[in-house]
Amino acid sequence: MFTLTLSHFLILGAILFAISVVGIFLNRKNLLVLLMTIELMLLAVNMNFVAFSHFLGDLSGQIFVFFILTVAAAESAIGLAILIVLFRNLKSIHVDDLGSLKG
Amino acid sequence: MDIQTFVFFFLSAILIFASMRVITARNPVHAALHLILAFFTCGGIWALLQAEFLAIAIILVYVGAVMVLFLFVVMMLDINIDRLREGFWNYLPLGAMLGILMVMEMGLVLGSKYFQVPAADALVPAGVSNTKSIGTLMFTDFVYPFELASLILLVGMIAAIVLTYRGPKKSKYTNPNQQVFVKAKDRIRVLQMPVEKD
Repeated sequence: MFTLTLSHFLILGAILFAISVVGIFLNRKNLLVLLMTIELMLLAVNMNFVAFSHFLGDLSGQIFVFFILTVAAAESAIGLAILIVLFRNLKSIHVDDLGSLKG
Repeated sequence: MDIQTFVFFFLSAILIFASMRVITARNPVHAALHLILAFFTCGGIWALLQAEFLAIAIILVYVGAVMVLFLFVVMMLDINIDRLREGFWNYLPLGAMLGILMVMEMGLVLGSKYFQVPAADALVPAGVSNTKSIGTLMFTDFVYPFELASLILLVGMIAAIVLTYRGPKKSKYTNPNQQVFVKAKDRIRVLQMPVEKD
């Protein structure tokens, strides 16, 4: 009889994390998609938390997912605000245009 | 194969497809829409893990708030997609190799027999909801982290407003600096003109 175990969910989380790392490699020039891949990374971490919480019988993991959701919401709000200010000043969000502080 | 396993593999396939599309989509709007699909599917998987509160919370918070914000920003910015995609194909071999390597390494570790844990007994006793247990735990053991979380949200809100606020340009207002330096002759002009007679 095939049953779902903890490692199924952990491997799913690992695959999600690897996909988002690859996404950071591929979309190096696009700040918007970079923010999205960071959200995907946090989702993979949350998946691990919920899986451990379920399989080890401890609800604290789900509380931590709640806190991660809070931090991720604040992070994306500030990140997008910075992106908008950047676009207002430079008329572009290309990473190569952001080198004005480089000596 | 029971229904739970089938649902898990079905949702996992959708989740992996959606996240692949997030990182490869040409148009950022499509990436954002596929991210919404990924969050929705993840909510389904969490419901399978008996985390009902979080399953609803991720749909409300992420799909309802964060992703709407993302879509607003993506549609507001007038970006040159072709320029943002440059270097995409150059980095693909390295990135794909790294990703496959990471999945293989983590699969070797996480697929070992130490992680073949069967499901524990029910997290919450029958007749008590998941939401209620989380609430009880949150307002007893985790009350200070909970207060900190509210502070983080407040800081995030203030930061977003301060960053994007451009000052009262449209409304009428007085500049105190100019007001102090004003002189009487700037305000009143005495005209000399001949008296008109009938």
